[in-house]
Amino acid sequence: MEQVLSPEDERLVDGLRAGDESAFVALMRMYGAGMLRVALMYVSSRAVAEEVVQEAWVGVLRGIGRFEGRSSLKTWLYRIVANTAKTRGLREARSVPFSALGDETGDEPAADADRFLGSGERFPGHWSVPPQSWAPEGQLLGQETLEMVAREIDRLPPAQRAVITMRDIQGFTSEEVCNSLDLSETNQRVLLHRARAKVRSALEEYMR
Amino acid sequence: MRLDRELACQEVVELMTAYLDDVLDPLDRERFEEHLVFCDGCSNYLEQMRATIVLAGHVSLELPPALEERLLEAFRGWRGS
Repeated sequence: MEQVLSPEDERLVDGLRAGDESAFVALMRMYGAGMLRVALMYVSSRAVAEEVVQEAWVGVLRGIGRFEGRSSLKTWLYRIVANTAKTRGLREARSVPFSALGDETGDEPAADADRFLGSGERFPGHWSVPPQSWAPEGQLLGQETLEMVAREIDRLPPAQRAVITMRDIQGFTSEEVCNSLDLSETNQRVLLHRARAKVRSALEEYMR
Repeated sequence: MRLDRELACQEVVELMTAYLDDVLDPLDRERFEEHLVFCDGCSNYLEQMRATIVLAGHVSLELPPALEERLLEAFRGWRGS
């Protein structure tokens, strides 16, 4: 499948190939922190994740000459960090069964499960305490609220955190996330849904 | 009109991300939207999911400065090689 790079990607790729530090800095600032979160899906410590990110960028620089633009630049970057982290994670885990998703797509209770009437009630699955409307968006967008949202995202389990970071903070499409992380569409959606539901729930608490 | 299969609020909530990604099949989307017409709780929840997405979109991510420094060094090393 031929895909043409966006003009911006094209400029960054050319810059990187030419050894232009400003192109490198721009890419690193755009995607570096997100890549760190992807690394944290596969390795157990922050320190190792940072090493993985560094190793991945070295791989990016070595590989940029051969990058053909079959995927978008960011998908390519994230695939490199994911693969680097997987290799490292496997080495770390040795004989322990290894799954990047852990049980994050498994039997966790559904989002906000405690807010619904149980099966013994007259209207099972309906709200016991319905959500009340919030202040208009404009009023929500204060610094303090944003810091709280950032903190909540930071506290999510690693795969949920990586997916909500890519989708909602960095604006990846679901297809781009699936391609970057080799996730099925269903798993991608489950992770995103759980992540958003937890952040929403924390916001609700905060609004009260 | 279909009366045999009405969605409960909890099911509607579980479908919200699929709805926002526009990947529900047409029948489910119709049921979903029908439900919202009479359910304030779920309408509010959907609005709150949208607000959550907007807020997340304003979060800025930063690399730890020490890591940024290491990456820059790696870049300069590569360029010099």
